[in-house]
Amino acid sequence: MLFFSVFKTLTEQTVTVELKNDLCLIGTLKSVDQFLNIKLDNVKVLDEQRYPHMMAIKNTFIRGSVVRYVQLPSESIDTQLLQDATRREATRN
Amino acid sequence: MEALVPFTTSGQLLNCVDKKMLVALRDGRKIIGVLRSFDQFANLVLNDAVERIHALNEYADIPRGIFLIRGENVVLMGEVDLDTEDTIQLKQAPIEQVLQKSLQLDEERAIKDSIRDEILKQRGFCTERVEGDVDVHRYGHSPYNI
Repeated sequence: MLFFSVFKTLTEQTVTVELKNDLCLIGTLKSVDQFLNIKLDNVKVLDEQRYPHMMAIKNTFIRGSVVRYVQLPSESIDTQLLQDATRREATRN
Repeated sequence: MEALVPFTTSGQLLNCVDKKMLVALRDGRKIIGVLRSFDQFANLVLNDAVERIHALNEYADIPRGIFLIRGENVVLMGEVDLDTEDTIQLKQAPIEQVLQKSLQLDEERAIKDSIRDEILKQRGFCTERVEGDVDVHRYGHSPYNI
């Protein structure tokens, strides 16, 4: 649940999502859920030549299970806080 | 209003209902249709669905009727912007023509990707695609059904 909470604090930020099929999307994070499904607004695809079907897409719902990486703006993450929270979560179980 | 939508799958999909959506599936297919229903797993029902195949700046549509998609096969679902849709520089072409071209492109890409995968493997990266998770070269090994 920790990362769900982290993502919830990151809404309205611009993130880059890389999928397991190599598709790379940049957009505004609108919403996440407990499966880390992601909703992005104003999506831009990095390699539009290769993915022509994405040209007319404005906002998108991405299923959490196909996400490989999410690149976050570093200034909006408190790594110290995240580290502490991760430790606390790890010791709790 | 926006603030009241809960952080759940259903909350995210709620305002997509009755809109023209594009769904990308794990096997590489792209389905366009009107979203009629969904649930918490992102199982989807699309109305008036067409399967769209692309090859460079051409595309073709294959009518598929009502499409029920099991959630695990969904990669992403995007709302088709109806204004931008009319302005993009793609033209419709006969199915056979686009299919042949896209097959050829897939083959070329498969060769390129296998070289890249080999290099990545040598450097200790795993190549996730071989586990059948997201198959980008589907036309290579399944006969196409128009």
